[in-house]
Order: sequence, then C-alpha cells, then structure tokens
Amino acid sequence: MKSIKEVLPRAAMLVLLATVICGVIYTGMVTGVAQLLFSDKANGSIIEVDGKKYGCELLAQQYTDEAHMWGRIMNVDVSTFKDENGKTLMYAAPSNLSPASEEYEELVAERVDMIKEANPDMDETAIPVDLVTCSGSGLDPQISPAAAEYQVARLAKANNRTEQEIDDIIDKCTTGKLLGVFGEKTVNVLKVNLMLEGIL
Amino acid sequence: MMGTVIQYVLYLVVLVALAIPLGAYIGKVMNGEKTFLSRICVPCEKAVYKLMRVKSEEQMTWKKYTLSVLLFSGISLLVLFLMQIFQGVLMGNPQGLPGVKWDLSFNTAASFVTNTNWQAYSGESTLSYLTQALGLTVQNFVSAATGIAVLFALIRGFIRVKTDGLGNFWVDMTRIILHVLIPLNLVLALCLVGGGVVQNLKSAETVSLLEPIAVTQDGEIIEDAEIDTANNTVKVDGEIVENAEIVTDQIVPLGPAASQIAIKQTGTNGGGYYGVNSAHPLENPNPFTNILEMLSLLLIPAALCFTFGRNMKNKKQGLAVFIAMFVCLVLALGVVAVNEQAGTPQLAQNGTVDISTVNQAGGNMEGKESRFGIATSATWATFTTAASNGSVNSMHDSYTPLGGMMTMLLMQLGEVVFGGVGCGLYGMLAFAILTVFIAGLMVGRTPEFLGKKIEPYEMKWAVLVCLATPIAILVGSGIAAVVPEVADSLNNTGAHGFSEMLYAFSSCGGNNGSAFAGFNANTTFLNVALGLVMLFARFVPVVGTLAIAGSLAGKKKIAATAGTLSTTNGLFVFLLIFVVLLIGALSFFPALSLGPIAEFFSNIA
Repeated sequence: MKSIKEVLPRAAMLVLLATVICGVIYTGMVTGVAQLLFSDKANGSIIEVDGKKYGCELLAQQYTDEAHMWGRIMNVDVSTFKDENGKTLMYAAPSNLSPASEEYEELVAERVDMIKEANPDMDETAIPVDLVTCSGSGLDPQISPAAAEYQVARLAKANNRTEQEIDDIIDKCTTGKLLGVFGEKTVNVLKVNLMLEGIL
Repeated sequence: MMGTVIQYVLYLVVLVALAIPLGAYIGKVMNGEKTFLSRICVPCEKAVYKLMRVKSEEQMTWKKYTLSVLLFSGISLLVLFLMQIFQGVLMGNPQGLPGVKWDLSFNTAASFVTNTNWQAYSGESTLSYLTQALGLTVQNFVSAATGIAVLFALIRGFIRVKTDGLGNFWVDMTRIILHVLIPLNLVLALCLVGGGVVQNLKSAETVSLLEPIAVTQDGEIIEDAEIDTANNTVKVDGEIVENAEIVTDQIVPLGPAASQIAIKQTGTNGGGYYGVNSAHPLENPNPFTNILEMLSLLLIPAALCFTFGRNMKNKKQGLAVFIAMFVCLVLALGVVAVNEQAGTPQLAQNGTVDISTVNQAGGNMEGKESRFGIATSATWATFTTAASNGSVNSMHDSYTPLGGMMTMLLMQLGEVVFGGVGCGLYGMLAFAILTVFIAGLMVGRTPEFLGKKIEPYEMKWAVLVCLATPIAILVGSGIAAVVPEVADSLNNTGAHGFSEMLYAFSSCGGNNGSAFAGFNANTTFLNVALGLVMLFARFVPVVGTLAIAGSLAGKKKIAATAGTLSTTNGLFVFLLIFVVLLIGALSFFPALSLGPIAEFFSNIA
C-alpha cells in the first residue's frame, strides 16, 4: 500500500510529461518545420491549375472512359465521407480477398473480359496483372509500365493522337526505382489523363 | 529477376549496417555515458527528474519496478480511454467526429498501451487530431520505452551480483524517450514529410474527380450510367434514374500524419494514421519513404541485440542472439517472397493475365501497391510480423495461402524473431533460458546462462513468458470459433475465413497489430475479447521477465569452467532456433492446418 502511494503520483506525472513532450512539443516541432520547408508536400500534393483542384497526385480515381488511361481495379467507397453540405465524397478501400478462391477466379475472369473488350488491338497480349487486381490501399494512383503500354493503342485511337504522342506523355509521368534498385518503376495515371485532356 | 534479388539483399545489408552503431549508442545512453547528444538531452533529463521528484541513483526492487510499469500503463490506459470517449467535446477536432463507443475505446486503448496497435477502426473516419497526436502518438512513444526499460532491468539482473536493485523505471523511461526516441523520430518524421507524407493541422481537402460517379440514394454505384453534370441527371439505357446523386469530388484526408508514422515504425507499434496503414499513398507515397519506414521498423529491435552484447561485455552473446533471429527472418522472407512472386492459378487465368516480371513487378499483385511490387511488399510483410510492428504496406488478407501463413507463424512464434522493441529480446532471452535448461538436462549438468545459475524459480517464470502468447492466441481463438456472431465478421469463406479469425487472435496475442483486414473486428465481443488478449500477452511476460531479473540479480556470479555449455557458438544458435520453432510448431500446427494449410491443399487438388 505504501509503495502504491509513492508510485502512483509519479506514474501520473510521467503520463502528463510524456503527453507534453511527445504529444505537444514533438508534434508541434515536426508540423512547424514541415510547413516551413515542405509546404506543398505536407499539405497533400494537390494538383491545382488556375485555382481549380484537379485531384491529388497521390490518390487514385476511377476511370472507365476509353479515352482515359485506366488504373488499378477500384473498390469505390461512397458511404463513409460527406462534405459539410451533405454531398457525398468519393474514397476507396482494398478488397481483402484471398487470391486463391473460386470466387476470386470468376472475378478476375470478368475483369479480363472487360479489359479485352476495350482493347481489341491487344488480343494477342496477356493482360498485365496490375490492371486486373485491386491495390493494397484501394487508392493506388499508379500502374506498372507494362500496364500503361498495354493501353497505348486504345488511347491513341480514342484521343485521335499517334502512339508516339501517347508514349511521350507516359514517359513524362513515369517515376523510376529509387537509386535504380528499390521499389518499382511506375506511371501516374491521373497525370497521364490530365495531360490527355490538355489540363497539365 | 536479378534486380529483385539484389533488392532483398540490400534491404538486409542496410538494416544491419544501421543497427550496429545505434546499438552502441543505446548502450551508452542506458549506462549514463556521454554521447554526442548529451549536451542537449542531459539538461532536459534533469528537468524531468526534478518535476517528478525522482533521485536518479535510487534503485528499485523487481516488485517495485513491476508495480511502476503496471501503474504507469494503467493510468495510460485510462487516459487514452477517456480521451476517445470525450473527443467529440474536446478541442482539436476539425472534422467534427463524435466520441468513440466504449468497447472500441477500450480495445484501442489496450491496443496502444500494449504496443500492439491493433486497429478495429479506420483513423481518418474515427479519431480526431487531438486523439491521434496527444493520445496515440504519446502511447506509441511510452509503450515502446516501457519495453526497452523492462529489457534493461533484465540485463542488469544478469550483470549485477547479490543485490536487489534493478535500476529505476522513471530514469530508464526518461532516458529512452529523450535520448533515443525523440531525436530519432524528429529526423525520421522530417525526412518523411520531405518525401511527401502529409503533416498539418488542416481539415480534409476535397478535389475534383475527372470522371464523376453516379450513386443511388442508398449509396450504391450505378453501373454504365450516362451522367449529365450540367442538368444534374443520370440516365441508364436512356431512362432517367430518380434521386440519383452525382459524386464529383474526392476526399483527401489530412492531419498530423508524419509525426505519428515515424514513431509507429521505430517503436514497433504499427498503428497507422490512415486505416490502410503504410499502403496509403499519403502515408507512404514512394520507394524513398518506404525504405525509411520499413528499415526503421526493425532498426531498434535489431540494434538492441548489439546493445545487449555491449552492455554485458560479451559481444559474442549479442551476436549469437542476433544470428538466431536473423536466420529465422531470412528463412521466413524466402518463403513469403517465393510464394507471392509465384502468384496463384486463380489470378493467372491460364496465361491470360501476365504475372511475369517483364516491365512490371508481376506475381500476386492483389492487395499490393504498384510502387512497391512484390519484393518491397514481401520484405515489409516479413519484417512487420517478425518485429511485433504490425504496420503493413500491402494487405496480408490477399496473400497466397503459404505467404500469408508465414506472416501468421512469425507472430505465433511469440514475436521473438527481433520482436517488439525490448520485448522481442527479453522474450528471446526467456527462450534462451529454456534452451540452456533443456541442453543441461541432455548432458546432465546444472544449467547456467551468462554466469548465473538457472534454477526452478527462473524456469517457471521463463515457461510462463514463452507460453503466454500461445495460450492467449489458442484460448482466445478457440472461444471465438464457437461464438456464432463472429462468423458475420468474416470477409472470405471456408478455410480462408478461419485464417482471418486465427490471424486476428495471433496478431493480438503476439502484440503485433497487423490484420487480415477483411475481418470486421469492430464488434462488442471481439473488441473486448481481443483487448483482454492483448493485455494478457503483454503484461504476463513483463511480470515474468522482471521476476527472473530480480532473482538473477540476487545470485552470485559463477565462473565459466570447461564444463560450462557455451551459449555463443553455432550449436547454441541452432538449439535456440530449434526450441523456438518446436514450441511454435507444436502449439500451432493443428490450428494452421484448419486455415492456410487447408487452403493451400484445396488449391492443389
């Protein structure tokens, strides 16, 4: 009992001090320096042209138009977020499905049919795996170079441009591996589509 | 393919290269030696002692040390619980989120106080900025520091002779937080923001969608709709759909993310700022932020092996424990990597889908981000379940049967393959005590470890430390399996559905926190059950470890003779790994055969 009386106030004091040091001072310092040095990145990498916010470079949107490049399969969520006027806002979630079930096999088969129908020129080529799978965040903004290349013929036709022009746009939106080793080479789908639309 | 292998090897090399100097630094700090940060940190340290009225040289017995840990954690639990309940009326809530329900609050409080960071909620839609920064971030720091403090009490138990003092909990906590965790995380958090992780106090942004989406009143998406934004009408096959809503904007959730992400990685906490954790592009936007987050999750647990060797003045012993852990890590990584790269026949569709590595990562990309591909996802999955971190950059629920099983097994082994900061190593030392005892029985000698005789008292507690995790997991999932409402929480059917539930209890019982995230854990029964499992699996080993430390400190040191079993050679490393695997395999083989193993074989048949 005597020890409890001695330990308890110190334990409470440490909780309080930790809240000040690790909660207020630490978080405050990181926020302050971040806003000073990296204000664009610290605020969500939003693509803004002439005052209009065209999207977030880091968050995927869903594209079904044949004139737009398609991204990862999306599991769109329109029930979680609303703005202050009650208007629904789009978000997305991962599928969390096992890739080893019969249901999954059927699901992928449907996606394959849909993609084949939209890309008749590519009938001989196997579909890159990124185009038929849902991502880990549900909001993956990018696809592999193989998945981008697969769509070049369709994009050229639908936008009345040459395949070379489409390739150039894809090149501009491609990021390599870190130091040539870590991670994967990817194409940012939103940026490609904004360039196809002539916005970027 | 070669590039992929090089990537795996480099991740491991960089990890070890960083862990060695950090290990030496932590060793100096805990002994009170001078370091390059002393000039800034020591005055802060003294100020804290003054405010707490603590004399830094005062020693605690094992019972007092235990009491301090438990009371400190208890108060933390209470504060965090109340903060969530009342977040709706507190400040720092620009999204206007309501208070959290009692069962979820209890679960989350237990989860963060035990360094588990199991998340039955999604951060961006449940918790206010105040709760995230003053509640969760703070617990990320102090629960990690508690683990390290208990480890040092055990190390002192081995070093000290005929005394009952194990150090001072308040001093240990203060030193770890001020000298190690704060500086490391300040640097890391700023590097993360520089790489693109968000850090601000603004409310969420909205941005335009390039292609609007039509939604019914009930929130269902209308397929093949013709959307006319000018007249605000939605048509399907030429007919107007009544009451349809056109969604034209997307939400970009913001807040103080980077500061919390840094400590959730370095403290092996793992609780993401966003619901999908480090798979979220705003939490982990590119390979640069990824390598920082991924290496830092294993950095302190690996470094502590070297600290242990340094402070014991027996570097070989630290290295032996490190090698045992590292071998298990590499073996597990191999299994995960090969299975994920191979994918599944259901995905490959007889070659219609290209899962090769030409111009893409290939393999099983379901639930994985394109910027990370297979190598970076598999490495993270192995690291995070080996360390009891539990953050993810890909969805483990969507792993192949054997890849997913490996992540589960790493947690079931008791989180001793590096494990959580501090607790991984003290867990492994309990296994080492078990190993010398078994080896001693085989050759008929009194077991001793690091110059201290191992007797029935230490053995009893060591067995409890080693078995706390299997007991928590198996009893918990056994009870849950017969509760009818748990079946409604499953996202997948059959064997994989069982795996989802087993994974949830393994994750909480191992204080890991990762999930087969399709499993809906936010029900009253599961919140309470998993909360209790986490508390049991954390604090039983804490008490056991401190009891062993107290008993060892009171013993005399015995000199090593020709008859002493060496605990630093290859044979010992092999025996240690063998004992860890034996206990894990014997405990979990039946449960695993009902889940991932059944799923794997149904695939072959």
